[in-house]
Amino acid sequence: MTEGITKSATGIDGFDDLTLGGLPTGRPSLVCGSAGCGKTLFASTFLFNGAKIYDEPGVFVTFEERPVDIIANVDSLGFDLQGLIDQSKIHIEHIEIDPSEVAEIGDYDLEALFLRLEFAVDQIGAKRIVLDTIESLFSAFSNPAILRAEIRRLFDWLKQKGLTAVITGERGDGTLTRQGLEEYVSDCVILLDHRVDNQISTRRLRIVKYRGTAHGTNEYPFLIDEDGFSVLPVSSLGLGHKVFEDRISTGVPDLDAMLTGGGFYRGSSILLTGVAGSGKSSLACMMADAACQRGERALYLSFEESEAQTVRNMKSIGTDLGKWLKSGQMRYIAARPTFYSLEMHLAIMLREINRFKPQLVVLDPISAFTDSADIAEVQAMLLRIVDYLKSNGITAVFTHLASVEQAQTDAGLSSIMDGWVLLLNREANGEFNRELYLLKARGISHSNQVREFVMSSSGIHLLEPYLGEGGALTGSARRNEEARARRAETERQTEVSRVQDQVAQRRRRARAQIEALNADIEADEAELNRLIRTEEIYQQQSRENAAALARGRGLDVSTGKKKQD
Amino acid sequence: MTEVDKEPVKLVLYVAGETPKSLAAIRNLEKICSEHLAGKYKVEVVDLKKQPQLAREHGIVAIPTLVKELPVPIRKIIGDLSDTQKVLVHLSVEE
Repeated sequence: MTEGITKSATGIDGFDDLTLGGLPTGRPSLVCGSAGCGKTLFASTFLFNGAKIYDEPGVFVTFEERPVDIIANVDSLGFDLQGLIDQSKIHIEHIEIDPSEVAEIGDYDLEALFLRLEFAVDQIGAKRIVLDTIESLFSAFSNPAILRAEIRRLFDWLKQKGLTAVITGERGDGTLTRQGLEEYVSDCVILLDHRVDNQISTRRLRIVKYRGTAHGTNEYPFLIDEDGFSVLPVSSLGLGHKVFEDRISTGVPDLDAMLTGGGFYRGSSILLTGVAGSGKSSLACMMADAACQRGERALYLSFEESEAQTVRNMKSIGTDLGKWLKSGQMRYIAARPTFYSLEMHLAIMLREINRFKPQLVVLDPISAFTDSADIAEVQAMLLRIVDYLKSNGITAVFTHLASVEQAQTDAGLSSIMDGWVLLLNREANGEFNRELYLLKARGISHSNQVREFVMSSSGIHLLEPYLGEGGALTGSARRNEEARARRAETERQTEVSRVQDQVAQRRRRARAQIEALNADIEADEAELNRLIRTEEIYQQQSRENAAALARGRGLDVSTGKKKQD
Repeated sequence: MTEVDKEPVKLVLYVAGETPKSLAAIRNLEKICSEHLAGKYKVEVVDLKKQPQLAREHGIVAIPTLVKELPVPIRKIIGDLSDTQKVLVHLSVEE
């Protein structure tokens, strides 16, 4: 591969990247395609940018349209061709041949055409030239043999003059151009195509041939809109992504808390999957809102809802996206998937991203595409966009509508995502409850819990699940279980106080018994003492009596007994 | 047609240098004029090599080109004018 050839930039977005520099300098390039595919626009953009940006004046040789029409056509794309014509940087040479007023008698050649071109080129010192479209000559002149010889001579002449030329040609049956121009132009052939698949049209560009240089060989979608012609080289960019250490909040504090360290890494691709009505869009909006609150820009690409609808819906959960949209921190683009083809969607998304330079992009939902296109194509497109966003360090949020609750996406995207939040909407005991589960968060340790996902006017909250005997419970079941637990608790507490009372009572009773017994003992003791005293009194009495008796009998007390015996 | 006859026939032959085709055209035109249009014509030969701006001005693409400017309508004949009868038909002039 010789890289020796020099190239002239076209200034067409993407095209110069694709060709590693533009069209071959000093050589003719053929741009062919069917009617209305943008050949003339490609050529005029090449010429306009050449004169305006690269200071290479150019001659536009038109065989069909009138100069006024050409000026008017590109004027709508913001090209001030007239201004450049006034500055002698562009010259439009109108080669008009009316076959009805011309007769051919004898031998001729197109020397006058050469003289005119030469005159025009020399007049403004042109470096670039456009011939649009030289095939018109074939309808003007009846002798193709002469024409072919002259066209060959013309291309030789262009090369000899060192002009970077763009020659347009109408696509023919089985050939690139109707008149086989490709046989004269051997350096660079570009094919423009305008195809309609499933009623969706896509413009595509392919470099059929580019001698002496490496170039992309794929078909690349291109756009023609108010900004002119832009090609979108949406090739895979490899895995040389930027890696960030800082974390970004999801806008839901509870979700941040589930991720150790708080939030996802910047530049991650986060997939939110869930069934209908599980809160995917709301969560995505929260993330966008969080980005805006950090002072970043967020781009919201919606394929289902309109801007006004989303703003209204988010208001119901206490988030005002309207102020970000107004301040320009957020951009909302809504387009039906069927509005363009996939490539065109991708192209438009990439262009918007390029232009708006957001830190966060939301695609809501990507599943919308799977209905309108082939799965493999959708996957390829999403891979490209993920790659693109990652290589630019843009955090991407994708929502995906899953028809069933399963850890799988139709588009097979799981492996290219860094974070995956599964939103469930499960039926249990006659009610649906939203649940959130962090299926995957690369490089972040995270909670394994299924949280209950509750949206209210104060925002989104993730409730700790109730971990009862029957597993984690949500919704009414959770509330029931909690109430049941509370009841059980109350019962237990009542039981305790009941037993406490009982014990106290018993203690009181025991004390009473002890007291009674003590009283008994005291009574007994009192009785005993009384008996003892009585006995003592008796003893004393009896002694006194005996003494008295003895005295009465005149007996000595000590001998009294004997006397008695 | 009487009106047309009164007007002079103005013929301009555009050539580019002294190429064989140009010279042949000049020769053939001179012959036609002297043989068929004696006195009725006014011929001008323009060398576009010397005045290329005239090619633009008059919309000339092929060489040689014979343009009948007057009387209107303008007719153009390209080629070396080797067929006299055809030339006369296209110039709409009778002998």
